[in-house]
Amino acid sequence: MRGIAWQVLLLAAVIGTIAWMGVNAMRALDERGMTSGLDFLFSGTSFPLGEGFFSFTQGETYLRAFLVGIGNTVVLSFLGIVSATVLGGAIGIARLSQNGLISGVAGGYVLLFRNSPQLVQIVFWYTFFTLLPAPRGSWEFGLGIFASNRGLTLPAPDRIDVFLWCLLAFAVGVVTSLIAGRIADHRRRRTGQRRRWAFWARVLPPLGFPLVLWALFGAPATWSVPELAGFNFRGGVILSPEFLAIYFGLTFYIAAFIAEIVRGGLRSVEDGQMEASKAIGLGGADMYRKVIVPQALRAIIPPLSAQYVSLLKNSSLAVAVGYPDLFSVSNTLLTYSGRTIEVLSIMALVYLTISLFVGALSNLANHYVQIPER
Amino acid sequence: MDRVPASFAVPKASDSRPPPHGRRGILARLHARYFASLWDTVVTLVIGLPLLLMAWFFLKWALVDAVWVAPEGKACQLASGACWAVVAEKYRVILFGTYPFEEQWRGFVTIALWIGWGIASGWRRVPLAARLWGWLVVAVVTVVLMRGGVFGLSLVSTDEWGGLPLTFLVFAGTVAGGVPLAVLLALGRRSDLPIISGLCVAVIEGVRGIPLLVVLFFAALILPLFLPPQLNIDKLLRAEIGMIIFFAAYAAEVIRGGLQAIPAGQEEAAKALGMPYWTRMRKIVLPQALSVALPALFNDIIRAFKNTTFFSILGLFDVLGATKAALQDPVWVRYGLEGYLFVFMVYLVFCLGLTFHGREMEKNAWRRLGRGEA
Repeated sequence: MRGIAWQVLLLAAVIGTIAWMGVNAMRALDERGMTSGLDFLFSGTSFPLGEGFFSFTQGETYLRAFLVGIGNTVVLSFLGIVSATVLGGAIGIARLSQNGLISGVAGGYVLLFRNSPQLVQIVFWYTFFTLLPAPRGSWEFGLGIFASNRGLTLPAPDRIDVFLWCLLAFAVGVVTSLIAGRIADHRRRRTGQRRRWAFWARVLPPLGFPLVLWALFGAPATWSVPELAGFNFRGGVILSPEFLAIYFGLTFYIAAFIAEIVRGGLRSVEDGQMEASKAIGLGGADMYRKVIVPQALRAIIPPLSAQYVSLLKNSSLAVAVGYPDLFSVSNTLLTYSGRTIEVLSIMALVYLTISLFVGALSNLANHYVQIPER
Repeated sequence: MDRVPASFAVPKASDSRPPPHGRRGILARLHARYFASLWDTVVTLVIGLPLLLMAWFFLKWALVDAVWVAPEGKACQLASGACWAVVAEKYRVILFGTYPFEEQWRGFVTIALWIGWGIASGWRRVPLAARLWGWLVVAVVTVVLMRGGVFGLSLVSTDEWGGLPLTFLVFAGTVAGGVPLAVLLALGRRSDLPIISGLCVAVIEGVRGIPLLVVLFFAALILPLFLPPQLNIDKLLRAEIGMIIFFAAYAAEVIRGGLQAIPAGQEEAAKALGMPYWTRMRKIVLPQALSVALPALFNDIIRAFKNTTFFSILGLFDVLGATKAALQDPVWVRYGLEGYLFVFMVYLVFCLGLTFHGREMEKNAWRRLGRGEA
């Protein structure tokens, strides 16, 4: 009974506070002559955005500016997650190496990058890239790769759209091959027969899908290699200092945390597991694939997904270097539209949705690796 | 045909083997760590030599060719190494921000106080209560000293606070305000009362799903709209509220983990003795839960320290913000890398200090509970 009374009281207090704040906000908006509503989303903008993955020209709607910001955040976070996972995984394994030099270097990396603020790292990288020499005195690494204060140039296929579609086809192929492999394994376990198609069903899709698509597009094979032309570069793609700073800042910081998670996960598998698997003749790569990694993954996936969400959220630090991610685009939008409450609320909702989505994906992955219990 | 022996038992003990040679001594250890096998030797050389080369180049840049003093930056323009003179020139701005120059001795005293008590209370024998009271005294003295207006000190408004003292205060405020709030949220989330637990879940998950920058922007830009105009909270305090809420949402989950680790019997026994809810929590459950949660809680605390840098994006002059401002100077703008490396080192030292402090507190907590090594 007392519990109910307390709850009613709390609820009343919360609702009361919200109502009171609402009244205050109405009055404040009135006094400042500010309007509210979401109609501004469809009006044209009077400002350009920085260079990102998606192009935006002055005059397009606020809504489109939002979408460009969301797109940049998603692509940036995805690239960051991929590279942080690869780098962090490698460093985590390296820390367990018997070789003192390898484990020492990996340990030093983790110490430096984990114990300093991510924002300091991002600003450091930005300063580093903007203080590089001008294109004429740029550092040349060969193959058309130049580092200068304009950013990093890379050779790229002429038809970069085709290249990206093929990359997508490759991803679809990998998923297909995994599913096919699973079906084949299941059949073999049930019938004891090895299907002839099993091998090809695993190998063909990742190679075949992109190749077929590439051929359908007319097999464009020309590459554009950057070269110095006057005061700038011509050809290839150029990654801006803004992108590089936020990308490096996200990757190197989160990789240090992932390294610790991977190390902890691998160490959480008891030595007896390794000894037992060697004793039954399961050694080498099979031991890791069948015994060690599946058990380590159980300890790795939950904290790993927390790091992914963390990377995603900290991509908002792009505002510090002026890369047009969702946060810095919103920051511009609220300055120009004056609709502070609306813009910040939309931005918060988008971040919340993406975070929850990543969380749901990780729950799925987690469910997949847990010990099956009745 | 060989005769099968009747018994496999060894008739007499075999001679004892000689002890493995070369386990001791620095050479033997080097051998085991770096040159244990041919593979190890190759790896050590392939990684070690480029590393030595890089270290040499770095040391040459950072120490041998570096310029330590350069009035007006003249000497730096000719040097091929680092220009540490930028730190010598700007350290006052970096450490104290926009605080009035002739009053900066107060900042020096503050920093000395914090580092002094940080080291002194790191000593294992200092009881927890003395530690916390000590920090409270340090914080109060800092605020009085920085603000002035009493004891003949001139008044300095919070707009002018900056640098390391500001970073310290923001950090201490976040932890001091955040831990109690986190405890309340964690207890609320575990409550049987649906409205209370529902509200706590909504706050925790909602805040954890959005970036800290968004929380800070909400606090800085939107909060004033929702409060009556008479209630004018200054920008620093508003941002601090954002920091506290963000910290509390994360810490609440860590503390909830600690609460779950305590056997239900503990609370049931306390209930059987007739203890009311808050006494049970204060005397029985929380001391154990917080001790269990301490390592993870300290990770959050260290992150809170790193997150103080986010204030620089709001235009406040914490260490990073002050450094950014200092490096706007056209004479020194070219030496940003050195400036940020210095800031990087400052944060690194404090984060490592906090890590060390956390480990000591952990040992202390277990000793107080009568577990672990005394």
